[in-house]
Amino acid sequence: MIAAIASLTSLGLGLGVLLGIAAKKLKVETNPLVDEISEMLPGTQCGQCGFPGCGHAAEALVSGDAPVTVCPPGGRSLAEELAKRLGITVDLSNMKDDAPIFAKVREATCIGCTRCYKVCPTDAIVGAPKQIHAVIRDACTGCKACIDVCPTECLVAIPIQQTVQTWHWPKPAIAA
Amino acid sequence: MRLFKFRGGVHPDGHKQASANKAIESLPIPEYLYVPVQQHIGAPAEPEVCVGENILKGQLLAHSQGNVSAPVHAPTSGVVHAIENHTAPHPSGLPVKTIVIKSDGEDRWINTVTPIDPFQLSAEEISIRVGAAGVVGMGGATFPSAVKLNLRNRYSIHTLVINAAECEPYLTCDDRLMRERGQQVVDGIRIIQHALGAEKVIVGIEDNKSIALAEMTASAANYDDITITKVPTRYPMGSEKHLIQTVTGKEVPARALSADIGIIVHNVATAHAVHRAVRYGRPLVSRIVTVSGDAIREPRNLEVLIGTRVSELVAYCGGYKESPSRLLMGGPMMGQTLPRDEVPIVKGASGIIALSTQQVAEQLARPCIRCASCVTACPCGLLPLEMASRSKKGDFQGALDYGLMDCVACGSCAYVCPSNIPLVQYFNYAKGELTNKQRTQHKATETKRLAEQRIARLEREKQAKAEAAAKRKAQKAAERAAKAAAKEPAKGKSEIAQNTSGQTAEKEISA
Repeated sequence: MIAAIASLTSLGLGLGVLLGIAAKKLKVETNPLVDEISEMLPGTQCGQCGFPGCGHAAEALVSGDAPVTVCPPGGRSLAEELAKRLGITVDLSNMKDDAPIFAKVREATCIGCTRCYKVCPTDAIVGAPKQIHAVIRDACTGCKACIDVCPTECLVAIPIQQTVQTWHWPKPAIAA
Repeated sequence: MRLFKFRGGVHPDGHKQASANKAIESLPIPEYLYVPVQQHIGAPAEPEVCVGENILKGQLLAHSQGNVSAPVHAPTSGVVHAIENHTAPHPSGLPVKTIVIKSDGEDRWINTVTPIDPFQLSAEEISIRVGAAGVVGMGGATFPSAVKLNLRNRYSIHTLVINAAECEPYLTCDDRLMRERGQQVVDGIRIIQHALGAEKVIVGIEDNKSIALAEMTASAANYDDITITKVPTRYPMGSEKHLIQTVTGKEVPARALSADIGIIVHNVATAHAVHRAVRYGRPLVSRIVTVSGDAIREPRNLEVLIGTRVSELVAYCGGYKESPSRLLMGGPMMGQTLPRDEVPIVKGASGIIALSTQQVAEQLARPCIRCASCVTACPCGLLPLEMASRSKKGDFQGALDYGLMDCVACGSCAYVCPSNIPLVQYFNYAKGELTNKQRTQHKATETKRLAEQRIARLEREKQAKAEAAAKRKAQKAAERAAKAAAKEPAKGKSEIAQNTSGQTAEKEISA
């Protein structure tokens, strides 16, 4: 009995120490820049960039495999930040932000299946089983994840309308 | 009184003689009034009335929301005809929520007038009354006046400056107001002074309004702490910062409030609205509008109900001489172009200016020759040419570094530019893009926060589920044990002891 306890304890301790040393010695250095870049990305893992998640996109950005314009929800302002951090000079003046969109539930066809709010990366959809769901417009990032899972196609992407508050003068048309 | 100079500025043609000698006339009540819920800087008001409801003049139509907002009142009695989107008096021509009123022609007030003595009221009570009456800055900025009165809580205000410069060409509404209602204006000024606790008041009137100057001097003769000052006619004298500098010699620091140096500026028309709101409890439902411009047959000064369509003002002034090439709300220097004349008059509309093709004479912009005329003209001491060239190629940070946020968009630079470069539009474009950028950045941080909270929530749910499962398991085991014990009560104590120990072990896991 005592021999068994002693041997198992020593085995555990020995292996623990070994693992501890291995973790220190054989540690894989991650690029701190990748961490920093993935901090800058939205972190919703929406996959619109074509990578499985924001972390992978950050790696691709650092290695140069992805352009700074890779993140559609980040838009132009994120592209500018990324270019600044990565020291890349790109002309973004012609980069058009995709018209921002938000998801909307067509209440006539919503069956309350709860699938959409389970996939929403920002918890922007509220609802309960067999109740009509609704989208909180301010929290929606327009990633369309919900649209893909809706069995009745009741979710639609709607462009955000410009209002008097968000409108501003366009660039003068006449070249000066 | 000693006056000080500010740098730059321009001397555009006044064009004030067309309407300066026309007394204020009341426009007949139109059949339909279109009252937008957003006529001020800040959050839009929220409608309180329903379609089909009978309303009386001065009744609250929409209440203010948030700290910086203003309510909207019924300009006349009648029925709420609709609450719908209607073209805003804004260059974009975008719709804004509007309460449409069908007037009954009786113009019945909701309350009877019981004048009170404003000087018995506390500062808080005055600002509450001003806020409830929906008074906003009537020079065109439309900042809720009550918010400005509350600044006394955070700053010690020693001087109140009343902006009666009216430096924009064509406009004569403030001029006529001072000539005809000087006593009421002075009363309003004294109420604001009382609310702010300011020791002295300086009223700045440009020297091209000698009759108004004389009238105001006479009206304020009994009050030693009110100084009526003649200031030189120079655009942009009516800019808050520049008027302060002219009459006090103090410069408002860059991107700071005038309250930081103990001075608050209110427009003269605002003072009149405050007089009505505080002394008589009357909300802001009408204003004086100058209708002028060389495309108007008979320029006039009209007292107009808020919500009256521009076309009705023009019709009262004899219609257009020719189809206007440009229609402006406000003055020609800083006013907003109107998409069409079906838009309503709002609280900030000081003038309707219709200009003929001849006056507008739009010319193609030519390249900048770096003559620096704009630098000489800029009253803020900026380099408009540098800011414009940076805005043009999308280098908004560069434009910011050249002081874009210190630009008051007075338009002096574009006025003098020999190459007709639309400088102010470049600045407005750059400012808009920067605001958009801020908005997307804000959204991005919010998205991040929400995503993180979602992950935390999922983690919590997982944990809660595991806990619940462990608990259930423990309960089942306990039940089983109890059953076993009941079945075989004769069995040895040791087994029961084992069972209970097993239970505690499971409980520990669940804990």
